[in-house]
Amino acid sequence: MTAAFAAVLRRDLLVALRRKGDALNVLIFFVIVASLFPLGTGAEPGQLRTMAAGVIWVGALLAALLSLPRLFAADLADGTLEQMLVSAQPLPAVVAAKVAAHWLSTGLPLALIAPVLGLQYGLPSDALLVLLGAVLLGTPVLSLVGAAGAALTLGVRGAGVLTGLLVLPLCVPALVFGAGALTASLSGLAPGPHLSLLGALLAVSLPLGLWAACAALRVALD
Amino acid sequence: MLNANGLSCERGDRQLFAGLSLALEAGGLARLLGANGSGKTSLLRILAGLTRPAAGEVRWRGERIGDLAEEYGRELAYIGHAPALKDELTVAENLAFAARLAGIVASGAQLEAALEVLGMATRAALPARVLSQGQKRRVSLARLALPGAPALWLLDEPFAALDEDGIGRVRALTEAHLARGGMLVLTSHQDVPVAAGSIQTVTLGA
Repeated sequence: MTAAFAAVLRRDLLVALRRKGDALNVLIFFVIVASLFPLGTGAEPGQLRTMAAGVIWVGALLAALLSLPRLFAADLADGTLEQMLVSAQPLPAVVAAKVAAHWLSTGLPLALIAPVLGLQYGLPSDALLVLLGAVLLGTPVLSLVGAAGAALTLGVRGAGVLTGLLVLPLCVPALVFGAGALTASLSGLAPGPHLSLLGALLAVSLPLGLWAACAALRVALD
Repeated sequence: MLNANGLSCERGDRQLFAGLSLALEAGGLARLLGANGSGKTSLLRILAGLTRPAAGEVRWRGERIGDLAEEYGRELAYIGHAPALKDELTVAENLAFAARLAGIVASGAQLEAALEVLGMATRAALPARVLSQGQKRRVSLARLALPGAPALWLLDEPFAALDEDGIGRVRALTEAHLARGGMLVLTSHQDVPVAAGSIQTVTLGA
């Protein structure tokens, strides 16, 4: 099982590494979205600081969404998904590895660049740390929920938009707690509870997301 | 070993086949014949456990394949229409991944030997992107030549896109497998004679 996880993780990361453009596009999209808001709303520092949390989170959410359609569609098109379903390896291990690779190639870069965007919004240094922690905890939730959404819309026409319609509402809790942690920190409150709730959300979405994605993949390939 | 009883398959509103039974023992070969769209691939997918039949069941060593899950996967090699190769990876990397997925840990020399059986050893370092259809098929079939290959092979049009040399190599590979007591189900439009202890022909859409 761990061998299967390692093999799929290694392969997906290798593919991501040789298609750097895909991951880079997501990152650039995130930076552009987060940079457009100050241009539209004006650069008044107090106002920027209050909207930073929401803008950065929504930007990360949309950027993560952008990368979801390829998660299973490429494997479906070249036949590797079929092989994963008939393989000697348990499907949840394979899907978990794919989600992990997706997070490492999109979620992690988003989390690492989020504090830089936070600087742009004039966030103090302790708030930047909270932002980093919250995005680190929140992006795996997006990958897991997104994997279930991507699996459900596999092979459907207009899958990209449909995935968004499915996934975005389910990501509301991550958005609320993630942005909440930053807002709390900015207003001098402890961000701990929000981060704990984000962690709990991750713990819940790990089994549920994997289970839903596996079930949806079996149906999609029936 | 492999027993299918009363299988029927529906695609949309159309019934492709019904009441189909198949029994395969060690060293046995089953050829699936039929026109395009007669359900050959659907039957292979049912036997692989990818598609659920509308009626009937498939048993492997007496147990339902749905209950066996990955245990069945360990004894099964299913090679469909798509070559299951990642364009971004090299031929050797693709084969190594396919082997791991099948639960086989193969050394570099074993991977190269398997590629050599299909005549692809000299292309090992090329990305799969630059291969022709026939070469891709050879690479996807190369995992059958690895040591520890599974007992049951389900091959969908294994000879498609292959040249004469490729057909000869695949034929030799499948005959060696059958001679070892392996089992093979294949669909093919080309009339490639594969020698086996027992051969049965299933004609679909008749």
